[in-house]
Amino acid sequence: MALLEVDDLQVAFDTEDGRLRAVRGLSFSVEAGQTLGIVGESGSGKSVATQSMVGLTRGARISGRALFDGDDLLTMAPENLRALRGNQIGMVFQDPLTSLHPQYTVGWQIQEAILAHEQIRKGEARKRAVDLLGQVGISQPERRVDDFPHQFSGGMRQRAMIAMALSLSPRLLIADEPTTALDVTVQAQVLELMKKLQAEYGTALILITHDLGVVADMADDVLVMYAGRAVEKADRRTLYYRQHHPYSKGLLASVPASAAHAPGERLIPIAGQPPSLLHLPSGCAFHPRCPYVMDVCVSETPELLSVPSIASENRPSENRPASENRPAGGHVSACHLPPEAVGPSPDAESRRERAVAAGRSTPVAVLQDEGAA
Amino acid sequence: MLRFLLRRFGYLVFVLFVIALVSFGLNSIANNNPAALLAPRGASAEAIAQIKANLHLNDPLYLQFWHFLTRGPDIRGTKSGLMQWPPSLGYSFVKQRPVTEVILDKLPATISLALGAMVLWLAIALPIGVLAATKARSLLDRVSTFFALVGLSFPTFLLGLLLLYVFYYQLTTAGFNVFPAGGYVALTTDPLEWAHHLILPWFTLALTEAAIYVRVTRSSMLEVLGEDYIRTARAKGLPERRVVYRHGLRSALTPVVTLAGLDVATLLGGAIVTEQVFGLDGVGRLAVLSVSDGDLPVVVGVTLVAAFFFVFINVLVDLVYALLDARVRVD
Ligand SMILES: Nc1ncnc2c1ncn2[C@@H]1O[C@H](COP(=O)(O)OP(=O)(O)OP(=O)(O)O)[C@@H](O)[C@H]1O
Ligand SMILES: [Mg+2]
Repeated sequence: MALLEVDDLQVAFDTEDGRLRAVRGLSFSVEAGQTLGIVGESGSGKSVATQSMVGLTRGARISGRALFDGDDLLTMAPENLRALRGNQIGMVFQDPLTSLHPQYTVGWQIQEAILAHEQIRKGEARKRAVDLLGQVGISQPERRVDDFPHQFSGGMRQRAMIAMALSLSPRLLIADEPTTALDVTVQAQVLELMKKLQAEYGTALILITHDLGVVADMADDVLVMYAGRAVEKADRRTLYYRQHHPYSKGLLASVPASAAHAPGERLIPIAGQPPSLLHLPSGCAFHPRCPYVMDVCVSETPELLSVPSIASENRPSENRPASENRPAGGHVSACHLPPEAVGPSPDAESRRERAVAAGRSTPVAVLQDEGAA
Repeated sequence: MLRFLLRRFGYLVFVLFVIALVSFGLNSIANNNPAALLAPRGASAEAIAQIKANLHLNDPLYLQFWHFLTRGPDIRGTKSGLMQWPPSLGYSFVKQRPVTEVILDKLPATISLALGAMVLWLAIALPIGVLAATKARSLLDRVSTFFALVGLSFPTFLLGLLLLYVFYYQLTTAGFNVFPAGGYVALTTDPLEWAHHLILPWFTLALTEAAIYVRVTRSSMLEVLGEDYIRTARAKGLPERRVVYRHGLRSALTPVVTLAGLDVATLLGGAIVTEQVFGLDGVGRLAVLSVSDGDLPVVVGVTLVAAFFFVFINVLVDLVYALLDARVRVD
């Protein structure tokens, strides 16, 4: 059994404009010591999905299941969930500038995290805070431990956050865009650090980002989210070389020096805006922005179906439902395009074009983004 | 820290100087003749002129201001002046006493009233404000909002009279002599009677002020509870109470401290209405009486004392900030 098994997670907020469904049936799993990358544009529900599991979204309506080591996080008593937070499940957030309390020293804040879960003496907790700061690469940790967050640079603050998140050797670390707010060189250092510590502590990692480049160095599996749903899920190699969903393809095309993208070529951002979660497009939520949109995309929501692997690629295709909710290591995609049309090859591209030509009743020359509004 | 203090101190002195200048100027414009007040009834014009000369009242204004600062008018040999130690605020010709003495007499009542009321209103408002914020939109939040609005729109004198009516008049006529009608007993004379006499005035001030503080605490808390570092505190697995008080209230206190500083500073210049209603012999009543008596040196003195408290407490608030918030210290 996996360390974390999420099944049909749904999260909605009641807003003044109506019910906002931020996560609409998300399933995934993370094995101990492995890394799951979750990618998707801003607003696709990455943070809400992970934070609602551990009880950090206030006022959300949550349903589904999230089994952590066999216990359902969503139904357990708040007190038990609190005992897991910080202890078994560590978290690192996007903005290190605002994620530390400005009025307490960095060391005090790490100490507090330790003392919340372990009955040890203050002096001992402090010693551990110093050790941890040293481990995350803060020089002269004995001195810096009494600094306030504003005396740390952005990169150092994120290191301190990582030290805090790892202070109790959690079994799962959720890193929500840990490097987005940092400059590029610091980004690489922080990622390197996380990789190193993950190996040392044997921690499972959920790495949220909207940058597929980050996922490329870190993740074992990748989950691509769009408008609160998983649109594609695969191991990293498969996603890079044999992605099926046009949204994944679009994300990859916007990453420099990725497989889908020859060096020197210009970045192609995905056209259009993410849809409003209050007024989702009919059918496939991506259809208003999809260059391969067919008639069926407007009327029918595609299910997550397994995509055949290379061995079966040339056999006549047949849409088979994924055998389980969680396709262990399998490649699944929620798109009406033929399942064997994967990757950026000319052959796959022509298959897609043929399917689109057959699937449209009226020829559509350009994609329309007005549909998203 | 030392430089910070020095700069604040310089600011304090400068503001006091400006206020002394302005209030002295106003005093001179009003310019009734203190010599006439001082002279025995029916004194000759020459005698009055003589007194006027003795008081240096014929000197040019800047010289008079200088004397006000350095030695004050020479009355019966009292060496006085703002810059002397102890500082003196001149002489009240109406009361025939040094102004400083007059004010010092009235200060204990005012300070007792202001500080006691502040403690009381913070004790009432902080927990309610925090609760209203953590249970935003609950019944408790709505009820507290309602009472805050009532409190805000309720005039102090009315509340004071109401409390007097219920807790003094009604109780006394019913045979329970629980609260005195008013007056002030010095803390040093009898601490119990001191508190006993102040309870109704304290509540009068505290209930009207608490309304604002509930609102300020609530909105400040609501803002802080949405901060990323509160999410971090929860992510660490801290108990919710600790998240709210240790992490939330700690930050939310900043605007509350500012406001409390300003309010207390204003009250120390005299809680005029409350002092009047309860017959508390404080600075506020002194100011009112002196204005109607035309006792200008006392009016100037009270103005200066009030200004001093105002500026001094602002410096104090800055200091509390520096202690509350590490970031201020390095500026
Ligand atoms: N407390 C809330 N109340 C109402 N709507 C919310 C709340 N929190 C999040 N949302 C909405 O849920 C949607 C998903 O937000 P989420 O923060 O999960 O996106 P994300 O994928 O993490 O994006 P980003 O990359 O910008 O962090 C957004 O449309 C957001 O406006
Ligand atoms: Mg996010």
